[in-house]
Amino acid sequence: MIAPSSEPATSPAPVEGAASIVIRATQTRKRTLSRGNNERIMGVVAPLGVFVLWEVLADTHLIDTRFFPAPSSIAGTFGTLAANGQLEANTFISLERLFWGFLLGAVPALVIGLTMGLYRPVRTLVEPLILGTYPVPKSAILPLILLIFGLGEPSKIVMVAIGVFYPVVINTVSGVLQIPQIYLDVGHNFGASRWKMFTTIALPGALPFIMTGVKLGAGMGLILIAIAEMIGAQSGLGYMIWNAWQILSVNTMYVGLIMIALLGFVLTLAINEIERLLIPSRQDR
Amino acid sequence: MIAAQAAPAKIRFEDVGKTFLIRTGPLVAIEHIDLDIAAGSFFVIVGPSGCGKTTLLRMTAGLETPTRGTITIGRDRSDRPANAMIFQGDSIFPWMTVFDNAAYGLRMRNAPAREIDEVVGHFLARTGLTKFAKAYPHQLSGGMKQRVSIARAFANDPEVLLMDEPFSALDEQNKTLLQEELLRIWEETKKTVLFITHSVDEAVTLGDKIMVMTAQPGRAKAIIDVPFPRPRKVLELRATPEYGELVYNIWGQLRDEVLAALRTAAEARNGPAGEAAEAAGALR
Repeated sequence: MIAPSSEPATSPAPVEGAASIVIRATQTRKRTLSRGNNERIMGVVAPLGVFVLWEVLADTHLIDTRFFPAPSSIAGTFGTLAANGQLEANTFISLERLFWGFLLGAVPALVIGLTMGLYRPVRTLVEPLILGTYPVPKSAILPLILLIFGLGEPSKIVMVAIGVFYPVVINTVSGVLQIPQIYLDVGHNFGASRWKMFTTIALPGALPFIMTGVKLGAGMGLILIAIAEMIGAQSGLGYMIWNAWQILSVNTMYVGLIMIALLGFVLTLAINEIERLLIPSRQDR
Repeated sequence: MIAAQAAPAKIRFEDVGKTFLIRTGPLVAIEHIDLDIAAGSFFVIVGPSGCGKTTLLRMTAGLETPTRGTITIGRDRSDRPANAMIFQGDSIFPWMTVFDNAAYGLRMRNAPAREIDEVVGHFLARTGLTKFAKAYPHQLSGGMKQRVSIARAFANDPEVLLMDEPFSALDEQNKTLLQEELLRIWEETKKTVLFITHSVDEAVTLGDKIMVMTAQPGRAKAIIDVPFPRPRKVLELRATPEYGELVYNIWGQLRDEVLAALRTAAEARNGPAGEAAEAAGALR
């Protein structure tokens, strides 16, 4: 407690009429812990509230249930689709395409990005190509990709790969460029070969940036797989949503949307976990 | 030749110069250095900021090339790296453990695992880092990080050790401790050391010989013998009158150069007159 006074706090004998400054110790509280728990609970409250409201509004027909079916009825459809294996099959095939597309996009992006970052001539040569093609909306390339790769699996995989490639390559280059010069000097001074400069300095030094690129790439991949499956596929979550629109099965459409959202959420968690394992300085945070 | 000594030269500078090409034309950083550094000696270069002492060290390390003359490092064994550098500031990799950082040089030349364990273990013990072997740099203080850098350089077993103001970023207490530790480790290995600093105290504490450099362009102004016996204890040494006298002498040589460096810097900023006089006056 701080009371106003003209006397210094250390004055042993307070002058009559003037109040002393007294600073009292307060109890240590487990503030951060309880705050963390509260925030976790709050995080669940809001979505749950929306669901409850939605359910009530749908049951009382205050909203049009043709467009906004009650969450309970969507859950029912979710159960049916899960039971007959449709949901699993479509989710699995989308995941498979995402996986291969991710590899096909991220690995070259990493190699090209590291090379561009370490070697200026390569960077000057390749950077205009990347920055020039980057602004083209990826979804706008889909017809061309379908033309080149046909309606089969490759076209979907390539779409995902294109989406993953750009954020990873751009972030990898910036990642290498922000590595302090002194680390490269150390590499040269201690006789690191070209290959060792890649593996012991450029790659680990750029890793925090690379992981940011990977996260953005995963998001982009998810968007593109949904679009690609809507137009040129007979399977996958994108197809499921598009097909549901065509047969006006609104419940199925919602199930597809929820599944894609879940997929994105789980992917982010997985990438965060990988990041935590790969970057030691982030483990303490 | 400025320093002719009986012992064979481990590092020889012959007519070494470095000129940078900058926007306003050629800039002579180092004009003319002829110097022999005896094997097994601790050689210190002091000079005002911007005198080219770091450039001289980086050229010796092979990180930059001289534009004139040659630098020769004598080799005892062909399987040994020519030099290892202890850098100024944070130079240990944040993505490697203390052990992996200290083992970096040995790993880069594919030393056998057993040798790495043995040598790195030894130098981690000598620098008091054994129990931090698995720690990452972000868990260490500035002094500890610089100890890792020292262990890394010594573990690489180079022909010569190059040190670029390794303690300049540390506080006074840590600096003194690390100087003492460096002396202790060095006295065991007796490697040839080329040490750069702007601190006269540090130079006299550590060195066998001290070269004072002129302000830009950098030249050798004087080479001074440090007569103090080894092993040295930093605090005891600093308490002696001979120490104070030598520091005072070297400061006398250096002072004009520091003032000259200030004048050059002020001129570069806003023409000759005003501020230069001010800066010089402040120092007098």
